Amino acid sequence: MSNIKVIEIKKSVFGSNANQGNEIRLENKRKKTLFVNLMASPGAGKTTMLTSLVNSLKDEYKIAIIEADCSSSVDAIKISDNTGVTSIQINNDGQCHTDSFMTKKALDLLADQHYDLIILENIGNLVCPAEFDTGASKNIMILSVPEGDDKPLKYPLMFTVTDLVIISKMDTIDYFEEFNLNRCIDNIHSRNPISKIIPISAKTGMGMDSLINYFKEEIHKWRNE
Amino acid sequence: MHELGVVFYVIKEAEEAAKANNVKHISRITLEVGEVSTIVKHYFEECFTWAKEKNEYTKGCDLNYITIKAFSYCNNCNQTFETVKNGKTCPHCASTDTYLYIGNDVSIKSIETEEES
Repeated sequence: MSNIKVIEIKKSVFGSNANQGNEIRLENKRKKTLFVNLMASPGAGKTTMLTSLVNSLKDEYKIAIIEADCSSSVDAIKISDNTGVTSIQINNDGQCHTDSFMTKKALDLLADQHYDLIILENIGNLVCPAEFDTGASKNIMILSVPEGDDKPLKYPLMFTVTDLVIISKMDTIDYFEEFNLNRCIDNIHSRNPISKIIPISAKTGMGMDSLINYFKEEIHKWRNE
Repeated sequence: MHELGVVFYVIKEAEEAAKANNVKHISRITLEVGEVSTIVKHYFEECFTWAKEKNEYTKGCDLNYITIKAFSYCNNCNQTFETVKNGKTCPHCASTDTYLYIGNDVSIKSIETEEES
């Protein structure tokens, strides 16, 4: 005879990851390091935008980049070559997201120096990265014009967790008649009324000043509050 | 799409719960999945069927998958409503000052073990 024993657990499966995420935020608060999670679809222009942003901030702030990709280190090499800042690659073996346990390992590799700003370039994907806490203090996503203004309706969770949405590739807006900037902003705010929105073109430089100021303000807020 | 990642979390947490309770083998996991957790049930079950066999604690175990309905709360009129049907807009007063209070989590409700007696 066998009998069945039921053990009540009542535990969120993301609980251990969220705890690890909170530990990372506390540690970065102590170190005065702003840790930002950057998310977008593949090809939205994350690496191009980052290169331009980092080049404008690197004289004033100590910056490091964590590149997460399913495999290869092409992005880490590209960022390093084009900006000269430290970048490390984490490959997550085919998984669709980066979680706090993976970012902890990467942050430990950067622990020997002080950084004002560390940016995680997350896996290109609009679904999974939004689900997993990375320990970042700010969540930012890039939506590029060619992707369409209806993305906030199709991928609601992503737009609910973001503090800032960067609308990229604004130089192509004349070629994408279906893309309506006002409608895009309304769609983003329908998911998250307090999300900030900055339209940019890394190619022409449009909006880059606003973006640079946003980062400067956030770095100072994180240090001083 | 990310179901396999979540399955690995479930198996890891179940294994830890088993160890903490001196359980050698889990015969059934009861999982509560929020309606707006973005998990697709049949992908999740397929991933689980594959992944459970890789772990000695969960080998051959059953999955009891329970969907939890999503509800939001309206800050304007202090009433609740079904999230999937209404999105961010409160059906009682049309305010968009609302937040999801249940329905996006995945949690292990219980594990079961068969004991010889």
